[in-house]
Amino acid sequence: MNKEQDHINNIAEIRSMMERSSKFLSLSGLAGVMAGIYALAGAYFAYSAFGFSPDQIHYSVPELNSIILIAVSVLVLAIGTAVILSARNAKGKEEKAWNTTSRRLLVNVSVPLFTGGILILMLLSNGLTGLAAPFTLIFYGLTLYNAGSFTFNDVKSLGLIQIVLGLLGAYFIEYSLVCWALGFGVAHIVYGLYIHFRYER
Amino acid sequence: MNVSINGLHKAFENRVRLGIMSALAVNEKLDFNALKEFLDVTDGNLASHIKNLEKAEFIVVEKTFIDKKPNTKYSMTAAGKKAFEDHLNVLEQIIKSQK
Repeated sequence: MNKEQDHINNIAEIRSMMERSSKFLSLSGLAGVMAGIYALAGAYFAYSAFGFSPDQIHYSVPELNSIILIAVSVLVLAIGTAVILSARNAKGKEEKAWNTTSRRLLVNVSVPLFTGGILILMLLSNGLTGLAAPFTLIFYGLTLYNAGSFTFNDVKSLGLIQIVLGLLGAYFIEYSLVCWALGFGVAHIVYGLYIHFRYER
Repeated sequence: MNVSINGLHKAFENRVRLGIMSALAVNEKLDFNALKEFLDVTDGNLASHIKNLEKAEFIVVEKTFIDKKPNTKYSMTAAGKKAFEDHLNVLEQIIKSQK
């Protein structure tokens, strides 16, 4: 029996157990790509169909409700796709999708996400529509940065990108929708492909 | 008596026990079902290894009730943490010395 190989295997098993028991590693990269596509479609639709292009913090648009509806639809579609594809990933690895690690990820994601969501609704009700897009980026970025401790570490850098785009959008309001499309659309697609090719194949 | 000649702890010679300790090293508390899922073992097998580690005072059991259903959580003791770290150090030394 090869003792040295035994010890190396032992260490590999310890490492793998530590990672598997503390991080949710079935997060789907393809879901990120899909979320990016929904976001780009949503941004385009809001801009072209309802003329949504805020250029200052106080900004009013006649069809604000429709734009909120688009944003919520994008969110629901993105989360739905992420849940379905991640569950499929977990099943492929013969793990349960709903386990200690996914539960922990979800709890830690909820706190910054709901805080941001409620704050943005308050901003909208006060006519500060121009801040909505950059604030979603900032809070989403904080959420991802936090989530990185409970899933792939790479998610942290995606979070930082969203935060930077959010801050830029908050300063240059006239570019806020472009920043939003870059963050939620392009960055998601690039990162989703990266996660997919790095971990899912 | 618990430690074999090369300094490796007997309690960690088993794959399941090593797995339990690894999972508890990075999780404050885990319940029986979570451990079972991570390790992919039967109830009886897991229970016997848990008992073994409990006897060595490497892990402690905390029993509570959620909606009148028993919920058992396990966590690592200070002694368990030290033994596990020592074990990792010894493994590291052995591998280094053989290179």
